Amino acid sequence: MDAILEMRGITKSFPGVKALDNVSLTVARGEIHALCGENGAGKSTLMKVLSGVYPHGSFDGELVYEGEPVAFGGITDSEKRGIIIIHQELALVPELSIAENIFLGNEVAACGVIDWPETNARAEALLAKVGLRERAAAPVGGLGVGKQQLVEIAKALSKEVRLLILDEPTAALQEADSEKLLDLLMEFRAQGITSILISHKLNEISRVADRITVIRDGTAVSTIDGRDASGAHIPVEEARIVRDMVGRDMAHRYPERTPKIGRTLLEVSNWSVGHPTDPDREAIRDVSFTVAEGEVVGIAGLMGAGRTELAMSLFGRSWGRDIRGEARLKGEPIDVSTVRRAVDAGLAYVTEDRKALGLVLDDTILRNVTLAHLEGVSERGVIDGTRERQVAEKYREALGIRTPSVFQKTVNLSGGNQQKVVLGKWLFADPQVLILDEPTRGIDVGAKFEIYNIVNELAGQGRGIVMISSEMPELLGMCDRIYVMNEGAFAGELAAHEASQEKIMSMIVRA
Amino acid sequence: MTSTTDNEGGGGKPGGGGGIGAFLKGHLREYGMLLALFAIMLFFQVVTDGTLMRPVNLTNLFLQNSYIIIMALGMLLVIVAGHIDLSVGSVVAFVGGLAAVMSVHWGWPTWMVVPVCLIAGIVIGAAQGYWIAYWKIPSFIVTLAGMLVFRGLTLWLLEGQSVGPFPPSFQQLSTGFVGDVFTEGRPNWTAALLGAAGAAAIVWMAARARGRRVRYGIEDEPLGFFLAKNGLVAAAIVYVAWLLATYRGLPNVLMTMAVLICAYTFLMNSTVVGRRIYAVGGNYKAAKLSGINAERLTFLTFCNMGMLAALAGLIFAARLNTATPKAGVSFELDVIAAVFIGGASMSGGVGKIIGAVVGAFIMGVMNNGMSLLGVGIDYQQVIKGLVLLSAVIFDVYNRNKAG
Repeated sequence: MDAILEMRGITKSFPGVKALDNVSLTVARGEIHALCGENGAGKSTLMKVLSGVYPHGSFDGELVYEGEPVAFGGITDSEKRGIIIIHQELALVPELSIAENIFLGNEVAACGVIDWPETNARAEALLAKVGLRERAAAPVGGLGVGKQQLVEIAKALSKEVRLLILDEPTAALQEADSEKLLDLLMEFRAQGITSILISHKLNEISRVADRITVIRDGTAVSTIDGRDASGAHIPVEEARIVRDMVGRDMAHRYPERTPKIGRTLLEVSNWSVGHPTDPDREAIRDVSFTVAEGEVVGIAGLMGAGRTELAMSLFGRSWGRDIRGEARLKGEPIDVSTVRRAVDAGLAYVTEDRKALGLVLDDTILRNVTLAHLEGVSERGVIDGTRERQVAEKYREALGIRTPSVFQKTVNLSGGNQQKVVLGKWLFADPQVLILDEPTRGIDVGAKFEIYNIVNELAGQGRGIVMISSEMPELLGMCDRIYVMNEGAFAGELAAHEASQEKIMSMIVRA
Repeated sequence: MTSTTDNEGGGGKPGGGGGIGAFLKGHLREYGMLLALFAIMLFFQVVTDGTLMRPVNLTNLFLQNSYIIIMALGMLLVIVAGHIDLSVGSVVAFVGGLAAVMSVHWGWPTWMVVPVCLIAGIVIGAAQGYWIAYWKIPSFIVTLAGMLVFRGLTLWLLEGQSVGPFPPSFQQLSTGFVGDVFTEGRPNWTAALLGAAGAAAIVWMAARARGRRVRYGIEDEPLGFFLAKNGLVAAAIVYVAWLLATYRGLPNVLMTMAVLICAYTFLMNSTVVGRRIYAVGGNYKAAKLSGINAERLTFLTFCNMGMLAALAGLIFAARLNTATPKAGVSFELDVIAAVFIGGASMSGGVGKIIGAVVGAFIMGVMNNGMSLLGVGIDYQQVIKGLVLLSAVIFDVYNRNKAG
């Protein structure tokens, strides 16, 4: 096999987490190589290693490109060699024109003076190549996501791409746009451009991929051929890919709990939410769910399925517009139109993004813990410093926040400790229903176990827990019931005893 | 008038241990500006052959800077909440003009003029705060517009003329002194006793706070440092009060200022509202998701700023004994500079009342000292600019070092 790229024994660690463990990947010249795996499996990290986002020296292992070892110090180094990555979040400047975006950082200029006729002519030629019928002078902001994707690809072509990496390019696209994009990839293959396609969508993968590598928990699990010896397409077994994506040892990673499920606490019915910036789009469609006392209910789904949006729209209309639907607690309708009212009604939402949305990083643990319920430590608006300290100490101990004092600034804490502070903040508000959004994202295994214990304890106290997670084993290990969400709607519901990763995954990929 | 209740959040680095020197090194950022103020005063005291601390000059120093300090209190809240207010200089002029029209043209009594003017200030703050809080229009732009609008309205109100003089009761706002209840003449024993009582109260409160921290085992300030710091502060207050007593006693303005400083220190350190302002400025989204009505809080912060700017306008007009369309030009810059010299962060969430007060005094002492030395206005501006820059660089440097 004539390999354009060989990644050998790549290991990349972050504090507390081993994101990639001895991963090897070989990409043949001129093929479309699909990379699949769950969220957080390490696909994007691997591509960041390849493109130099993580520079040479920050990881272990070897990169061989075009037959010679390479050491990229940054993304410009890899681009010089024709390796172009197109990220999930597009990196275009909406106010600039298509032509300006294509040549941004790579302007057609002599002595710093831009040659506009030449720029536009070249841009038009590239647009023709990717099949985008727009004027090169049109601003990018006015284009849909699908067309913006094509502009990104045209930009890649302008840099004389030899290895094109697409990170979930079709995640935000409509069916027709996705088809077009995949056709374009096949056309590139015919021209000798190699592509790496990161995707969750099995139907797409089996349509275009020559080979498929599955990554799970930071290791390359398997590589599957999508073509036979004569080069003809062979259908890939979706079941096998799904099994490889999710199959892992689940024993003893989750603490035991005997569920004591009481009467229904929260009951959400026919919840619909409009997209905040796109008035025609319904981001959440007609979602209904319940949580009972002592019950842990999971919401599974891929990134962008609308789980966080659902939770935030429910929690004081913190996301979206034109919110319709009804929320009841113990049978009584509750007002959740502002965060304050939702909190007073007995809800709490522990955000997935603790740094941006959960903590005041410049403030101490103490100040963060009491923030959502200052009434509890004050009298007539005056804070009782002694009582506040007792409260903070209580949660530090109960949640096992490991710091020398509650006067530590939260910015300096580890991810696990930060998460516990956010949990402490909401526990102090004493909610009946807690919505935990990715409660273990970015924290190490030991801290995860502690968080699971806390969740079980809360359920044991008779609270209702809604757990949103992209890690399916976590949901299977923790939940009594699991809802599966896909593209803004619920695709199904599974009881704990009948749920499996394969079932959830196939609900998602076949929805 | 120095740091007594700034115990909150100070204990960032426990176990700093060691002697006073090591402690001071670890807390350079907290005490740096206070030390700088002392150093600057000492410097000018020496180079002006003692003129700086003469009773008459000291009295003037307070009168000259009172309006900056009063506005710095409001500006600290605004900046901690993550905003800025450029309009305060124009509001000073406008409210001064309003007071002049009411007192001089319409003959209203002072007891009516003052509350009406303060309400006018609140309305002005509300008119600007509304767009900032609820429409999310950047405060820089809204208050820049306010700066132009209220300067223009002042010119219109005063028809381009200076209006005065004010009735004596109005002048008392600035030039009045707290009378002596014991004797006529000098020294003014009331002033001296009030100074001593104030110093004692500050030391007592600091000792109580320290006692609480020691009980919890979170005190990392060496006893020697505590004693030296509070001893110095108390001595300084008693000394200043005595100096003022040998002249005409405590100015009314100084009393107003002292009350306001205590009230706002309490607000920001010990109340729910204060805590929420820090949270809104520190992380707006997290504060909102914690159920804090961030919009209303921002709105109220600007209302408060408007009120304090109005109060400053009254005091300034009373001091000049006339309202002029040019009053308060570039005050906003002095006020903002004071707050940043005092350690507030441009991005919000960080800053202390006492810091802003010390910052304002640094600016005030430098103005006064350089004028005494006959330094030209040109050099004065350059030096003040450099002091602002170096104070902030010092702050950023210390923050980076602390990690």
